[in-house]
Amino acid sequence: MTAFLTIIIVLFIAVAIWQMVKIFDLAQVGASNNQVATDKDNKINGYLMMGFLVFIYVITILSFWYLGDLPLVSNSASEHGPQIDNLMIISMVIIFIVQTFTQFLLHYFAYKYKGEKGRKALFYADNNTLEAIWTFIPVIVLAGLIIYGLFTWTSIMNIDESEDPLVIELYAQQFNWKARYGGEDNTLGMANVRLIDIDRANILGVDESDPNAQDDIITTELHLPVGRPVLFKMRSQDVLHSAYMPHFRAQMNCVPGMITQFGFTPTVTTAQMRERDEIKEKVANINALRAERKEEIEEKGQELLYEFDYLLLCNKICGKSHYNMQMKIVVETQEEYDAWIKEQKTFKNSLTN
Amino acid sequence: MSAHADTHAHDDHGHHHKETFVTKYIFSQDHKMIAKQYLITGVIVMGIIGILMSLMMRMQIAWPEEPNVIFEALLGKWAPDGVMDADIYLALVTIHGTLMVFFVLTAGLSGTFSNLLIPLQIGARDMASGFLNMISYWLFFLSCVIMILSFFVEFGPAAAGWTIYPPLSALPMAQGGSGMGMTLWLVSMAIFIASSLLGSLNYIVTVINLRTKGMSMTRLPLTIWAFFVTAIIGVVSFPVLLSAALLLIMDRSFGTSFFLSDIFIQGEVLHYQGGSPVLFEHLFWFLGHPEVYIVLLPALGITSEIIATNSRKPIFGYRAMVMSILAIAFLSTIVWGHHMFISGMNPFLGSVFTFTTLLIAIPSAVKAFNYITTLWKGNLQMNPAMLFSIGLVSTFITGGLTGIILGDSALDINVHDTYFVVAHFHLVMGISALYGVFAGIYHWFPKMFGRMMNKNLGYIHFWVTAIAAYGVFFPMHFIGMAGLPRRYYTNSNFPLFDDVANANVLITMFALLGGAVQLVFLYNFVRSIFYGKKAEQNPWKSNTLEWTAPVEHIHGNWPGEIPHVHRWAYDYSKPGHDEDFVPQNVPLYDGEEELQH
Ligand code: HEM
Ligand SMILES: [Cu+2]
Ligand SMILES: [Cu+2]
Repeated sequence: MTAFLTIIIVLFIAVAIWQMVKIFDLAQVGASNNQVATDKDNKINGYLMMGFLVFIYVITILSFWYLGDLPLVSNSASEHGPQIDNLMIISMVIIFIVQTFTQFLLHYFAYKYKGEKGRKALFYADNNTLEAIWTFIPVIVLAGLIIYGLFTWTSIMNIDESEDPLVIELYAQQFNWKARYGGEDNTLGMANVRLIDIDRANILGVDESDPNAQDDIITTELHLPVGRPVLFKMRSQDVLHSAYMPHFRAQMNCVPGMITQFGFTPTVTTAQMRERDEIKEKVANINALRAERKEEIEEKGQELLYEFDYLLLCNKICGKSHYNMQMKIVVETQEEYDAWIKEQKTFKNSLTN
Repeated sequence: MSAHADTHAHDDHGHHHKETFVTKYIFSQDHKMIAKQYLITGVIVMGIIGILMSLMMRMQIAWPEEPNVIFEALLGKWAPDGVMDADIYLALVTIHGTLMVFFVLTAGLSGTFSNLLIPLQIGARDMASGFLNMISYWLFFLSCVIMILSFFVEFGPAAAGWTIYPPLSALPMAQGGSGMGMTLWLVSMAIFIASSLLGSLNYIVTVINLRTKGMSMTRLPLTIWAFFVTAIIGVVSFPVLLSAALLLIMDRSFGTSFFLSDIFIQGEVLHYQGGSPVLFEHLFWFLGHPEVYIVLLPALGITSEIIATNSRKPIFGYRAMVMSILAIAFLSTIVWGHHMFISGMNPFLGSVFTFTTLLIAIPSAVKAFNYITTLWKGNLQMNPAMLFSIGLVSTFITGGLTGIILGDSALDINVHDTYFVVAHFHLVMGISALYGVFAGIYHWFPKMFGRMMNKNLGYIHFWVTAIAAYGVFFPMHFIGMAGLPRRYYTNSNFPLFDDVANANVLITMFALLGGAVQLVFLYNFVRSIFYGKKAEQNPWKSNTLEWTAPVEHIHGNWPGEIPHVHRWAYDYSKPGHDEDFVPQNVPLYDGEEELQH
């Protein structure tokens, strides 16, 4: 219904524009107008340029005001998260300054030097000093960003295996996720899609003869003990997927035929995160919005009340239900984790005959 | 001093062939007619289809899974009871992206303006090979027809994204669109690439060989520099996409394993072994990244010309502009990996690509500053073409700046494939290049059709479009920074994103407004072709050679001898001249110095 109403409104706007067009059009009949801008046009459009500058500033401010709670630069839940967030904030500040300044120059000049009959422009074709300046300023700024960025990148991507990370396989298929834990020995058994045996419930193609595989644990929820480095090994059985864990500033593609990896250390448990003021506020806001759409949500059979959870999303187009390929992530204390993992079936015991 | 020297008033040398309707309008070999054919097919028709698709996507995102009369009418069986199907959403994303990037802004943009302007601005009678030029257009036409036909096959058109990454694009069982639809996509693109290569070779040869007397490379208008370098980038990179497409066809139809390995789908293991999807990504982006400059550079070239003419000032830093075009062209071929930071390739490669990517920001910054300086102390004539050019500089800056974030591998981890990316590339390449197209149409309409477009309608068109473009794509950055992935049919399965739903509705409103105002343009365009005010020979008082040719189109462009060139294209408001412009064919007067640029 909203859709329909909006379309009607838009149609009205279209008609209004159309009428304006007609009026402009008629007003011109007979006038000795050769369709080249006159001084009057220059003036009007010059002022509009300043108006547009204001529009750009306003839309910037409004966007920050209403959408400026940026989950990707605040409340990160991994050890390297703040590093990325800092770099992001620095970059955004630089962008903001350059944007504000250059848009001002552009639109202000367009207004200031709007054409007038009889005036002559300044014949000014070159100035090497000026050009050197605006070549070197970006060079210096970018050099700083590049160096900072590369340090961050290298420290994130180089996984230190000596820290004894918890090894977890993330397994993607159209359209769901599985996690496989190494079990007691923290070592994943060999696996290949050719070994998949649906009848025996060996859905990940784990090698049944591999001793390391026997105690592996396959789950549909991802539980992580807080404070312990995790090393994810990603696999996909069919098409490309991407394991996107925005709260942890983590993402890696899952590629059929190869194993990719990404590591991080979660630092905030789900319970702690839910207690943060920003998150509480966000959740309250979302729940208020959901309350307005109560019927629609219940009709879909969804839970009305939203509670914060970390999520793993698929972020590479993978087919029809790409938009709904998710897995819940729970970060918890070591004890909670131990209790949870003890309840899960090992691979050996999960097979059917 | 007369500004209109040398050329006209010769009698007609009259190499007139007998022309039939077919040779004049359909199988024409005349570059001006071919330009118009590209304009109508590539920009107008394909543009309308592409925009309609984007509006449907936006409506689906704003009002997910709600019945919509427009879907019912336009999508038919893909929208049972007016509710859009998830498969067709992905098909719309894919075909919208493909049409906009390749058909509208590569073939449409270069096809129209390179064809029209290269011979006219360098002083040539036509392209080096009119015949190849004609073939190029008709191959393009064929590829359009095939792409559109793919909407009518049983399981719908290709739906794997415009990047068609395998295995999704390779396996018919992975997705409805990966059957016949993908086959047609690949065939269409193969033909498209052939067309594009023929066109590009023609442009390159023409610029190198057919410049009139006096038109040295350093006197070329920046439009021609841009078209020329664009054609070179195309010739270097499109063949790589062609080979990727051919290998993909082999994987699909002949059982090879270039891109596929270890796949289990729909209950069976496939035989593929040893290939790698990452290889495809390398091949694709080796074209894909240069492609954004194939789209952008011609638009920047057009803008350089229009900003100089309408500022009544020389373009600032001609030499630096040429150098940055060349630098961008070179760098654009070694940055492709910034699309693949998290593809699973070696992180060290990621570092290298971060480095090269941020380098490319430098020539881009130089260009932006040079445009702004050109405006400084100018005498700006606010014609619609000028407005769109200024608009281009504005969106180019806004969109380009966020490239600093996406090009930084550490930051890309988190915003990769979110709406942040969608916002970035639409502004920097989509909207900017589209503004370039509009600017070009308003500016050279008199040259193409001998009539003027209505300027007031042009003003409405520009201002509403400009507001809509920022309204759509500026807030979108923030939605991306909330973590919302792109290519999602609906976000309603993620309560997490409920707080951006209202912003999405607003964006859609702006998109609908932007779409609606294109009707004003369309009306103005069509009407002006038939009833527009008759154009003068040089309505914008411009220096380049095309304005020395008569308004009425003739074969060979100039009735008499081809004008000779005595100066660069940017002698606007030059001291020592009465008029504020001095066309390129006006000889230097005694003692006049040609600007050493
Ligand atoms: C009329 C203004 C436009 C609107 C409202 C619009 C809207 C959209 C939307 C909603 C998407 C889908 C985003 C997603 O789900 O990932 C999209 C994708 C895309 N658009 Fe546009 N678009 C517009 C103009 C353009 C232009 C001028 C270009 C030219 C470069 C363009 C190129 C693309 C590309 C390449 C994609 C990505 C397709 C893919 O993900 O495979 N769009 N656009
Ligand atoms: Cu997916
Ligand atoms: Cu790129």
